[in-house]
Amino acid sequence: MTHDQNVGEAQSSALPGRNTSGKKIEELDEIVIRFAGDSGDGMQLTGDQFTTASAMMGEDVATLPDYPSEIRAPAGTVFGVSGFQLRFGGGEVFTPGDRIDVLVAMNPAALKTNVPSLRENGIIIVNEDAFSARNLEKAGYTANPLESSDLARFQVFKANISKLTQNALEGSGLTGKQVDLCKNFFALGLSYWLFNRSMEQTQKWLKKKFAAKPQLLEANLKVLQAGWNFGNTAEMFSTSYVIRKQETRKPGTYRYVTGNTAAALGLLAAAKRSGLKLFLGSYPITPATDILHELSKYKQHVTVFQAEDEIAGIGSAVGAAFGGALAVTTTSGPGLSLKTEFLGLACMVELPLVVIDVQRAGPSTGLPTKTEQSDLMQALWGRHGEAPLVVLAANSPRDCFDITVEAARIALKYMVPVIVLTDGYLGNGAEVWRIPSLNELPEFTNNLRTEKEGFQPYSRNPKTLARPWAVPGTPGLEHRIGGLEKEDGSGSVSHNPLNHEKMTHLRAEKVARVAQDIPPTAVYGHENAELLVLGWGSTGGVIREAVRKLSSKGVPVACAHIRHLNPLPSDLKDLMKRYKKILLPEINSGQLWYHLRANYLIDIERMNKVQGLPFRSDEIETKIMSMLGGNQ
Amino acid sequence: MDSKNLPLTSEPKLTRKDFLSAVDPRWCPGCGCYAVFKTLTGILPTLDIPKEKFAIISGIGCSSRFPYYASTYGFHTIHGRAPTVAMGLKLSRPDLSVWVMTGDGDGLSIGGNHFIHMMRRNPNIKVILFNNQIYGLTKGQASPTTQVGTKTKTTPAGVQDNPMRPVAMALAAGATFVARAHDSDNELLTEVLTAAANHQGIAFVEIMMNCVIFNDGAIDSITGKVNRAETTVRLRDGEPLVFGAQADKGIRLRNANPEVVALSDARKEELLVHDVHRPDSSLAFLLGQMSAPTPFGVFRQVNLPTADGIYPQQQEMDLDKLLRSGTTWTET
Repeated sequence: MTHDQNVGEAQSSALPGRNTSGKKIEELDEIVIRFAGDSGDGMQLTGDQFTTASAMMGEDVATLPDYPSEIRAPAGTVFGVSGFQLRFGGGEVFTPGDRIDVLVAMNPAALKTNVPSLRENGIIIVNEDAFSARNLEKAGYTANPLESSDLARFQVFKANISKLTQNALEGSGLTGKQVDLCKNFFALGLSYWLFNRSMEQTQKWLKKKFAAKPQLLEANLKVLQAGWNFGNTAEMFSTSYVIRKQETRKPGTYRYVTGNTAAALGLLAAAKRSGLKLFLGSYPITPATDILHELSKYKQHVTVFQAEDEIAGIGSAVGAAFGGALAVTTTSGPGLSLKTEFLGLACMVELPLVVIDVQRAGPSTGLPTKTEQSDLMQALWGRHGEAPLVVLAANSPRDCFDITVEAARIALKYMVPVIVLTDGYLGNGAEVWRIPSLNELPEFTNNLRTEKEGFQPYSRNPKTLARPWAVPGTPGLEHRIGGLEKEDGSGSVSHNPLNHEKMTHLRAEKVARVAQDIPPTAVYGHENAELLVLGWGSTGGVIREAVRKLSSKGVPVACAHIRHLNPLPSDLKDLMKRYKKILLPEINSGQLWYHLRANYLIDIERMNKVQGLPFRSDEIETKIMSMLGGNQ
Repeated sequence: MDSKNLPLTSEPKLTRKDFLSAVDPRWCPGCGCYAVFKTLTGILPTLDIPKEKFAIISGIGCSSRFPYYASTYGFHTIHGRAPTVAMGLKLSRPDLSVWVMTGDGDGLSIGGNHFIHMMRRNPNIKVILFNNQIYGLTKGQASPTTQVGTKTKTTPAGVQDNPMRPVAMALAAGATFVARAHDSDNELLTEVLTAAANHQGIAFVEIMMNCVIFNDGAIDSITGKVNRAETTVRLRDGEPLVFGAQADKGIRLRNANPEVVALSDARKEELLVHDVHRPDSSLAFLLGQMSAPTPFGVFRQVNLPTADGIYPQQQEMDLDKLLRSGTTWTET
């Protein structure tokens, strides 16, 4: 493995055996670690650094940030606990993991909130200094858990992280508050030692971040090193770990991306590939705002309009589409509800439009920072009149890039609005992504027209049924569009009953023809599977993990994941018929289940969870086993 | 880019006829919309802008049928949302001359939020508000500008809510060009719409007009020919506010209130002199609130950076480089 110049060389020369201090080094396949502390403790940053360091060592990673909807809930309370979970391993990692192996808890509330997810004999590293009577009380502890037998089934390492940070920064001239803010880097340094990560990337990152603040730079570097040294010298730590390398990745340049960043980059890639100007009209909403943030960094390449509301977000995008741009709006469930009327207009005027819905738990404000797959029906049907449009869903954080490119490609080729469904779990979760080069991206076509001869605003491409895209500024093609029903061909306003029926069918048929572009549905798992686990969206990783685990043990189970939800893949019906049983897990009450049964009259067993949380692999494994009689 | 500086591609010189679509207007006979349509389609060909560069965007309502009758690019969108569509179009296509046609219900009620934000952002867009103080297309309900006491289908005992003042609203939101005209003075309409067309930035024009079917005569007391000289005052830049059939009355400020005085009782220097270019909009706001007499003409015209001018010019993107920004590593 080599590194780009902006990164430098990572080291991870540690091998199983003994390290230079004579401590034991054990080898593991993978680890789930969770950093937890107060919202202001920098846990997201700590997790992010650890993830980057692990990914750069060639390990696969998947992450799950978990933070409250309050920005800074009262310090020390369980409401204010912010967590960042990541799983790193030598093989393919599909999810951030079900059970935590290592918990780094910065205060009693963080311990209390996360202990239930810790596996038996798991490691707990706590900041003992934070276990004051007042903090224990705020966390709702009546007795100090570090002094009771409550944690006896775990390996508990009590470290005076606050005190050790203060010691490291003695004489630094920093205020007490500034010193305290450095303690997450002590925890990070210690975690780096425990898993033999290179600290170089984090050191570089600090140098860049604090380039103008040398005092803070020095302090953070010092504390990071102090954390590492503490692990290496303190007697309580007798063992550190390395990850057994299993797979080598395809050659290429890699980075680690969240789903929201991947979606933003996908839009830029689609703009480049299509040769069109990119326009984003959007309004801030959790958990979709990061796409707006990300694209705002590239204002030389995308017109980013932070609109006055959700409606103006999509309205401006429709206006930009009318003008010939690759137009996009981004939102979450409540925002999609507000955009509904405009989606009907976009369907009627047949303009290309990409709508990204990063779903969250609803209805109403619901659980804004928690994940759910409950906008599917809204995406498919949530409009007045019959207004079909294309619906796609990403199945992993990095797929948010590909699915966004696909959405733009379809929108431009078919002159149709496309809704992309991701969710909070995908948007905020991250994984390693091999960066594609431009020529690996799909071909784009569009329907831009300048030819005057024979122009009719609602004539149609015989293959795609797309109408011509004659944009303002094109001489001789001046015409009017609008929400009133259009006469087939001429596009004039028409109240003719038969024409309305014809146009209703044409709009539906155009969407249906997108199926001709959908590649064959991929199936993974046991060759002679009896049970097919179907899924869509963010359950992609966990279903794959459960099926991999069971099929490798000989359990006759396979899985397929649907990325095109409207239209559905044309091979789906035949595929389903090949299996005796079909299981469909969803983070909703059965929305795709309903849709598939309505379309195919095929019996499917549903599995549903609506807790604002993703499935755990073991939940799906148990269900599979019970469906197969439990004795496979 | 200033749309006026574009090379002409349409030759020979355009006339009003070039701006009429194949669809004849279908407003009710006597509707004020006709006056606006006739005047505006007369002005558009004189602006030295190629016909294909015009885009007329509307919402829903009688006024919003406008795009179908003009032969430019047009977009009849949804109720209240024309400003949003116009905004996206103008930001992504600053080369176009974008016009919004709206009404008192469309622009100030369902679209009120978009209206104020469009005003504050100062895009180079012209907004024409057809104010007939009634919902016409839904057959006669009170609108946000219906006068107190007016009986409508939804207010059989008379409207109770105070009417909104569009000019004051636009000024309060920071509009850089604000004017008012009405449907029975062609010269005024032409003057105001031409000034709006030539303004760089948001240009808001309220056109008070009659709805012959559902609110007939609602503005007669102001714009009726017989009394017009006494009930209205023309705003002319640099000139004192004088009105009356004999030009014998003026407006002066007393304790920060406009006050009508007989010229015989006042010295000329006491009269309020109109200045459309005042950077501060307080005086224009004051005039916008005044009702006896009702001012017509341009209230404000100041030049400030436009939204479409502020947005960065789009540049060619090096996608490979962009995707590889930040922390990356290579595996071989």
